[in-house]
Amino acid sequence: MGDIQEFSDLKFQGIKINYLYICKRKLWLFSKNITFENRSDKVLLGKVLHEYSYPKEKTKEVLIDNLIMIDILSDGSIREVKYSSKMKEADIMQVMYYLYYLKQKGIHKQGIINYPKEKRKEVLELTPDYEEKIQQALREIEEITAKSIPPPAQKQKICKSCAYFEFCWG
Amino acid sequence: MQKTLYITSNGRLRRHENTLYFESGEEKRAVDIENIEQIHIFGEVDLNTKALNYISQYGIILHFYNYYGFYSGSFLPRKKNVSGEVVVRQALHYLERKKRLFLAYCFVESAVYHMMRNLRERKEAESFLTAIEDEWEKGRFAISSVAELMGLEGRIRNIYYQSFNQFLPDDFAIEKREKRPPTNPINALISFGNSLIYSHTLSQIYQTQLDPTISFLHEPSEKRFSLSLDISEIFKPLIIDTLIFKLLNNHKITLEHFDEDLNYCYLNQDGRKIFIKELQTKLETTVRHRQLNRNVSYKGFIKLECYKLIKHFISDQVYSPLKAWW
Ligand code: SF4
Repeated sequence: MGDIQEFSDLKFQGIKINYLYICKRKLWLFSKNITFENRSDKVLLGKVLHEYSYPKEKTKEVLIDNLIMIDILSDGSIREVKYSSKMKEADIMQVMYYLYYLKQKGIHKQGIINYPKEKRKEVLELTPDYEEKIQQALREIEEITAKSIPPPAQKQKICKSCAYFEFCWG
Repeated sequence: MQKTLYITSNGRLRRHENTLYFESGEEKRAVDIENIEQIHIFGEVDLNTKALNYISQYGIILHFYNYYGFYSGSFLPRKKNVSGEVVVRQALHYLERKKRLFLAYCFVESAVYHMMRNLRERKEAESFLTAIEDEWEKGRFAISSVAELMGLEGRIRNIYYQSFNQFLPDDFAIEKREKRPPTNPINALISFGNSLIYSHTLSQIYQTQLDPTISFLHEPSEKRFSLSLDISEIFKPLIIDTLIFKLLNNHKITLEHFDEDLNYCYLNQDGRKIFIKELQTKLETTVRHRQLNRNVSYKGFIKLECYKLIKHFISDQVYSPLKAWW
């Protein structure tokens, strides 16, 4: 059970890292549990739970947020599948964070981001530079989520497809 | 869009394997559970915990109405969207007198705006409109408590209801607004419509992090989900009253659609069906939203109002209530 707990914690933080790079306001709202999942997200969440409940299975493919696939048991790497490379920096940092987290536990892996639609993949190694960046990002997450007021909404391209769109702009 | 199911006939909701059925006499109908957000039950319906547990897995809300069509209560499945942060701050706005009065004022302001909007196009109601405007302009700056605000709203509402006599069919004359029990058709209609908007609003609140029991205009002790009463004020004139005008002036609902019991006058099953159908059409009708640059349904506007309240509570954006601009 302990492992399962930590693993979900890891992903939770991973999403925060991702949000830090996508939109700080989204990060703040998410950290206060102000989330607007739609039905299909809930179904996915159910799937995630289902995967956790059967830890004996060899390959655990876990789908989170409809975006991320972690294939943690394969050949020394963790893998994420992204639908597009639009959020590249955020994606890389998220995977780096997983690598970083695993490293704290003494597990050394490589990260792979697959962009199947673009028929591309990115292989990532955790470098000291990135470790430094991750530590900085974690501090920044602390700072932002400790604020009592959310960062103001700022219109960017991704707002249109963001689950908070109607919340922020309506 | 997540759908609403209305059950007006008697029968049974039953789960069989992974499907929910509504069975009524010979008829057995599968319910599209994945796409349903709420079910309103008017008929005499049996259901057991097996069905209830299944329904709550999908986060579906059940609203129950009694024999006369009045709201009797809701089954809300365990809430998923919970934020302690939002609830604490919502409570703070209740506790601080000025903050509470601000929100209470907003709800009334929007309600009055929509009442005036309903009368604006009607020549017959001109003098009433002027009377409401006078009352509002005279009163609104002198308010120092929620009780005074309620009083002002009450006076305005009286004038507003009186004006109905000018443009509704004679059969539906309104002497005074009586809540319960309504003893004449127009009061029965208003009560029925208000019950519906109350439960629809509750459904929208439930999808957000707001706590439906902490309210501002109404006392939290008044009704279990008093925030729903607050937000309904905005939508009663905007949605229900316009619907009533339409149904009566087009003679879609006539005296035939009412039954009378000892002390009650209430809409019968046929009348309810007509009303519900028209309401559903209205709730799904969309309007172009200027900021979002998207079409938003009337139901969506109820949800947006909830969002705006959350933003107000977290000190993101000061609440400004809906004033229909179309
Ligand atoms: S809608 Fe835009 S501003 Fe709002 S959370 Fe999403 S990305 Fe950030």
